[in-house]
Amino acid sequence: MRHLLSTSDLTYTQAIRILDTAAEMARISEGPVKKLPTLRGRTIVNLFFEDSTRTRISFEAAAKRLSADVINFSAKGSSASKGESLKDTAQTLQAMGADAVILRHSASGAAQRLANSHWTSGSVINAGDGTHEHPTQALLDAFTIRQHLRVGTGDLRGLTIAIVGDILHSRVARSDVHLLSLLGAQVILVAPPTLLPIGASTWPVQISYDFDSVLPLVDAVMMLRVQQERMSDFFFPTAREYSHYYGLNADRLKKMKPTAIIMHPGPMNRGLEITAECADSARSVILEQVTNGVSVRMAVLYLLLAGAPSEDGEITQ
Amino acid sequence: MTDYLLDGGVLADGKAVQVLIKDGLINQIESVVSTLGATNLQKISINGCIILPGFVDLHTHLREPGREDSETVESGSRAAAKGGFTAVSAMANTFPVADTAGVVEQVYALGQATGLCDVFPIGAVTQGLGGTALAELGAMADSKARVRIFSDDGNCVFDPMVMRRALEYVKKFDGVIAQHAQDPHLTKDAQMNEGLISSKLGLKGWPAVAEESIIARDVLLADHVQSRLHVCHVTSAGGVDIIRWAKARGIQVSAEVTPHHLLLTDDLAESYDPIYKVNPPLRTQRDVMALREGLADGTIDIVATDHAPHPAENKECEWQAASFGMLGLETALSIVQATMIDTAMMSWGDLAMRMSTSPARIGGYADHGQGLKIGSTAHLTIVNPTRAWKVDRDLVASRSRNTPYHGMEFPGSVVATFYRGIPTVLDAKLESATHGN
Amino acid sequence: MSVALPAVDIARALTRIAHEILERNGGPDSIVLMGIPTRGAFLASRLAALIAGIEGREIPVGTLDITLHRDDLRLRPLRALVPTMTPLGGIEGRNVVLVDDVLFSGRTIRAALDALGEMGRPKTVQLAALVDRGHRELPIRADYVGKNLPTSKGQAVKVHLSEIDGVDEVLVENVEV
Repeated sequence: MRHLLSTSDLTYTQAIRILDTAAEMARISEGPVKKLPTLRGRTIVNLFFEDSTRTRISFEAAAKRLSADVINFSAKGSSASKGESLKDTAQTLQAMGADAVILRHSASGAAQRLANSHWTSGSVINAGDGTHEHPTQALLDAFTIRQHLRVGTGDLRGLTIAIVGDILHSRVARSDVHLLSLLGAQVILVAPPTLLPIGASTWPVQISYDFDSVLPLVDAVMMLRVQQERMSDFFFPTAREYSHYYGLNADRLKKMKPTAIIMHPGPMNRGLEITAECADSARSVILEQVTNGVSVRMAVLYLLLAGAPSEDGEITQ
Repeated sequence: MTDYLLDGGVLADGKAVQVLIKDGLINQIESVVSTLGATNLQKISINGCIILPGFVDLHTHLREPGREDSETVESGSRAAAKGGFTAVSAMANTFPVADTAGVVEQVYALGQATGLCDVFPIGAVTQGLGGTALAELGAMADSKARVRIFSDDGNCVFDPMVMRRALEYVKKFDGVIAQHAQDPHLTKDAQMNEGLISSKLGLKGWPAVAEESIIARDVLLADHVQSRLHVCHVTSAGGVDIIRWAKARGIQVSAEVTPHHLLLTDDLAESYDPIYKVNPPLRTQRDVMALREGLADGTIDIVATDHAPHPAENKECEWQAASFGMLGLETALSIVQATMIDTAMMSWGDLAMRMSTSPARIGGYADHGQGLKIGSTAHLTIVNPTRAWKVDRDLVASRSRNTPYHGMEFPGSVVATFYRGIPTVLDAKLESATHGN
Repeated sequence: MSVALPAVDIARALTRIAHEILERNGGPDSIVLMGIPTRGAFLASRLAALIAGIEGREIPVGTLDITLHRDDLRLRPLRALVPTMTPLGGIEGRNVVLVDDVLFSGRTIRAALDALGEMGRPKTVQLAALVDRGHRELPIRADYVGKNLPTSKGQAVKVHLSEIDGVDEVLVENVEV
């Protein structure tokens, strides 16, 4: 692997390797000394054209625990907001010697564009591109599910996972669908028809408009953030109606299996897609997702950056 | 003036002929012509090449005035000549917009001064392409540019009342409204064809229904006011069906398809390379096949390039930030041959109809599209159907390089173009001697 | 290629090392064995079994993956991580014996010392190696050596263990340079 652009690029073996490596990183992170010398001398740029403090600091923590030098480049207040193009910014960073660029961008495909261009020679890690993908979020989701519902190893065969809400605009959902199904889980997309992409029925998922009928079946439910502005584009009539049909609340919690877990990629709209009661319940693993995010991102940085470039990019023992 | 003897060529029907061009006119077409009385005669061997009437493109963006960094009338004319065109219609979305007699006369005059092909300006339907107030259509029609085609291309004339009035008003001078059919509400921020690929890529969809619903409305309006409608760049199977239905009802509608919609499909967007970003967008293989059938059976009257040059910085960026559009003039013939002739869906005679006769008729360009008629102006395009070539974006005549065909190989090429009896292209190269005036 | 150490010699060497470890540490109480994967981990298990046989009680064994601490990561293709297993009771205040198959440049052991530091602070750290082939690049020496094997740099030493290689043997090979 040279880049991480999309979970749909991953093979089963690669996905398992990332999760296994993340498990080792998690173990080290629990010890008294959290810092490893592994990426000493490597320069990693957090190139964020879109605000996302949580993703940025998660990558930053991961890179620093591996002793990489981290440069944060935020488009806010930078030349990018003055019209400097992705190309110019990338070339500038290249001239500064970046070994990897972690890119967050509002345009779908920006990471792939950067990876396929000659604007930078470093690895490109997609930290969320428009409404396309957010692969490290999906990896941390899979990791969290595996920790809770499988003994922290292997894949997700036999598990049923519902992804609920604004699938249409969600880069997390797209990445999750590819990865969770690759790992053998059954994914159910739950949303009003307006918030499902055209052709979602051809994806490796089941689709339901009825959250209540799905609840008893699932081992994990992933609640997606609903942007308030979707209402003005007629995706649903009112926030109240949305919550009524698709929000996770105490009543719905009771319909779930006692072992089922609640997930959310954050930031949450408490009261809209999830009530505080559910978000803070013992079943919620939302904060663990944040912790696991650092381990998964350490694993990705290690796998992309630690070795010498090899012919086939594959790993040796 | 030099006279020319074209030797060794064939007509669209395969008949071997010699053609004598004398005083800028087609003088004789015979198996052996008499060169008696020809002055300064130059014989040009075109062994086995097909002699076609000069191509007419009803849809080009020459960008002048305003965006001379991407194309000029001069550079666009060179690209046109290289592609076998002897007349092109220049779209109105320039800066300033071609919505007054002054601007259209300027563009027309630039074309005449360049002298590589006729450049017929298209007038804007509404002032500033704003979609609300009609531009001075009569003044443009009566200007030296004699505008007959009006279009807000780039924008749709969306207000049905504005569209109705425009259709009615141009009847006075037998004008035609060329509609860019796109419902703006259904395509807000749209990036590519809405379908499986857009869903996967997370790019905002441009559904075919946004085009089809406007086509349906407009053919009904044209029927109601008994006027002429031209549908720009049809892209979808549904659009072809509606036009077929309208023609069967006797509605005066004509339609065009671009070479890129005959060849390319939306899965190219998977690269996120905005070289494939175009409006209306590339659609599916099913649509491509329907367009080819529509062009073959005459539902779609003509091929038009929608040649849309853009400077490098407008394409070397993220897909969302990139401009819509691709080059078309220099590759049009090769693509139509590959998709329509070599697939046995059309004959060379059909191609002449779709690329010369019909577009000239729709635009009212009397000097063009006369076929190979004795005594008509010698606008000729000579095609070698077996001279394969590979597209190289660094070798285009256009000032921009945004061709999606870079590196692709095509089976045949334009080897010579005659405009008013003078070669603008010979041996597939621009004739430098003739465009220096 | 020649066999430098047949199975019987390996068994004898390990038995001797087990006794030496016990003697040096005054009995089994404080000892923790940490094997360095892959073959060092198997050797650690064998030593633990030998010690258990002598003393009649189990001693804690763990494994220590040193990959993340290597100083040659950028020089070689990417390596997969191997799980590190913390021994029962941890290493805090214990006498830790690192176990590896071949002691060569010493860089692996340097990395192991760093990796161990992450886990806690042992009382002492000792080193057991089945083979010491010389050519040290760092000031590191083994406390327990199965066999000193003088080699040239152009030679390769291969340890095979029955757990994964089907046979116990140490081979010396001449490698084309």
